[in-house]
Amino acid sequence: MLGEGILKGMMETAKNFAGSYVSAERLTTVEYPEERIAPVEAARVFPFLVYDGGDWEAGLRCVACQICEKECPPKCIYIDKSKDKKPDHVGKAQFYPTRFDIDISVCMSCQICVEVCPFEAIKMDTEFELATDDRFGGLLLDREQLAKSNEYYHSIHPTEATAVDVRLAEEKAKAETKAKAAADAAAAKIATAAIAAAAVKAAPPAGGGD
Amino acid sequence: MAATLDQIFILLRNWLTGFLPGALRPVANVLLSVVAIVCVFPGLFALTTVFERKGLARIQNRLGPNRVGPFGFFQPIADGIKSLTKEDIVPSSANAAVHFLAPLVLVVTVFMGFAVLPMGRNMALVDMDAGLLFFFAMGASTELSVFMAGWSSRNKYSLMGAMRAVAQMISYEVVLLLSSVAVVMISGSLSLEKIVDAQSHFSGIFPNWYIFTPWGFAGFVMFAIAATAETNRSPFDLPEGESELVAGYHTEYSGFKFALFFLGEYLAMFSISGLGTTLFLGGWSAPFSFLTWVPSWIWFFGKVMTSIFVFIWMRGTLPRLRQDQLMNFAWKFVLPFTLLDLMDTALWRFMGEGWQRWVLCSAILAGAFAMMGRLGMRKKHFGPRSYRYAE
Repeated sequence: MLGEGILKGMMETAKNFAGSYVSAERLTTVEYPEERIAPVEAARVFPFLVYDGGDWEAGLRCVACQICEKECPPKCIYIDKSKDKKPDHVGKAQFYPTRFDIDISVCMSCQICVEVCPFEAIKMDTEFELATDDRFGGLLLDREQLAKSNEYYHSIHPTEATAVDVRLAEEKAKAETKAKAAADAAAAKIATAAIAAAAVKAAPPAGGGD
Repeated sequence: MAATLDQIFILLRNWLTGFLPGALRPVANVLLSVVAIVCVFPGLFALTTVFERKGLARIQNRLGPNRVGPFGFFQPIADGIKSLTKEDIVPSSANAAVHFLAPLVLVVTVFMGFAVLPMGRNMALVDMDAGLLFFFAMGASTELSVFMAGWSSRNKYSLMGAMRAVAQMISYEVVLLLSSVAVVMISGSLSLEKIVDAQSHFSGIFPNWYIFTPWGFAGFVMFAIAATAETNRSPFDLPEGESELVAGYHTEYSGFKFALFFLGEYLAMFSISGLGTTLFLGGWSAPFSFLTWVPSWIWFFGKVMTSIFVFIWMRGTLPRLRQDQLMNFAWKFVLPFTLLDLMDTALWRFMGEGWQRWVLCSAILAGAFAMMGRLGMRKKHFGPRSYRYAE
């Protein structure tokens, strides 16, 4: 019958109209500025730099190796390497960045910098309210703005951050055992050398006195 | 008390004009009524825009406007301020005079239609003997303004929108007229007051509205279809099809002129709903005999707002038709069916009282509806397309 489909459609829309007043799950709208939902763990916006401990400048994991700067497809990372070195979290003397800028107006959130970083120093942030009235200076984030603590990293990406911590701890332990082994080896070497020296001293070679 | 409430606006007006000298009173009375109409319907328009946006939002499981004022009900004020402060752009190649006149002509002619609508007992501005004719004359003038807008803008989208609008409005104007002629045939008058009077008595507790007769029901359905097309409402909103014509005939309008077009569209909706109410739904008369104590104007505006709600409901449901579907529907289904309805009305008129006429008239209309729906609106199965030059 002609018009049947129209009536069926009208019933459907009527159901939606009435239903939106009755059932809360129909209204999926989140009224953003007042209400917000926590970002999902896998969310990513722009990169930030992770630091350990309380002081951001001392604790930066970044060693200014510049791999991310070279790999960045839109070339939005600017790094100046330091002249001197300072100890990193393992205790090894490393360079550090005197300048680390990310231009987030250029960044395309591809996460390649995170993938290539061998030091777990750069991670993706979930902060998205970055609007500014200064379109050049306000969107060029420097070291201090980018530096965020490991605790913050844990708060936004808990699973990933824990895995990173485990890996870093393993690395550190490995480095320590290696250092210890090296120290032992060095000590043993010194000891054997000492023994040899002592032996030499104790038994002067035959005919050496000529 | 009930009678006072029923006539409260008339009494108020007469009391106000009572302070004037006798010679001035008729003029003052008319002026006051005009002011009332010019204030009430734009106010209703403002309310309707909020209700429409909220209603459509709810149909789509959204919230709709809820920022300005309580529940977003001050949204039309914000919209009004916005459209008033916007730059009014006239294209350099447009015909400035016609471009300026088009929205004015639209709003003025639409307002003229309200002059003959009885919005309550004794509440028609003019009780014209040929009220229905006057209404249709004014309604037909909106086509002129639409074409003025489309032509003077000198924009291909505007022009195409206007051509579509004129083609559509002329096609459905015929249906609109013919379906009202059925009412005139039964009531024997072109005066809208008399048409309402003919329906405002009761059999038992039920009213004698024309929609409760077979020919009246069919006529009302056809009238509603034609009215939707006439006011360019969805699913017949081809003249302003956003997806293909930017905004149709008012593409080149901005600022307050655009707001006038918007106002004109809604006012046309009110006036055509008012006419449908008057012709088929008993105008200002109560739906049950025990509800006659409720003021008549409440019934009129209640019925009009209900029709508006149905308009909005349809807009939220139906997708836009194609131009050929629209024309096919008008000329191959609606018009023949309306003609048949006219003959059915004549049969009803001359068969006299009794159950036979109910059965016969209903059977004719139902049978014709089923047949025409099957044959006329049947899906045409075209073969697979072959492209002679593309292979």
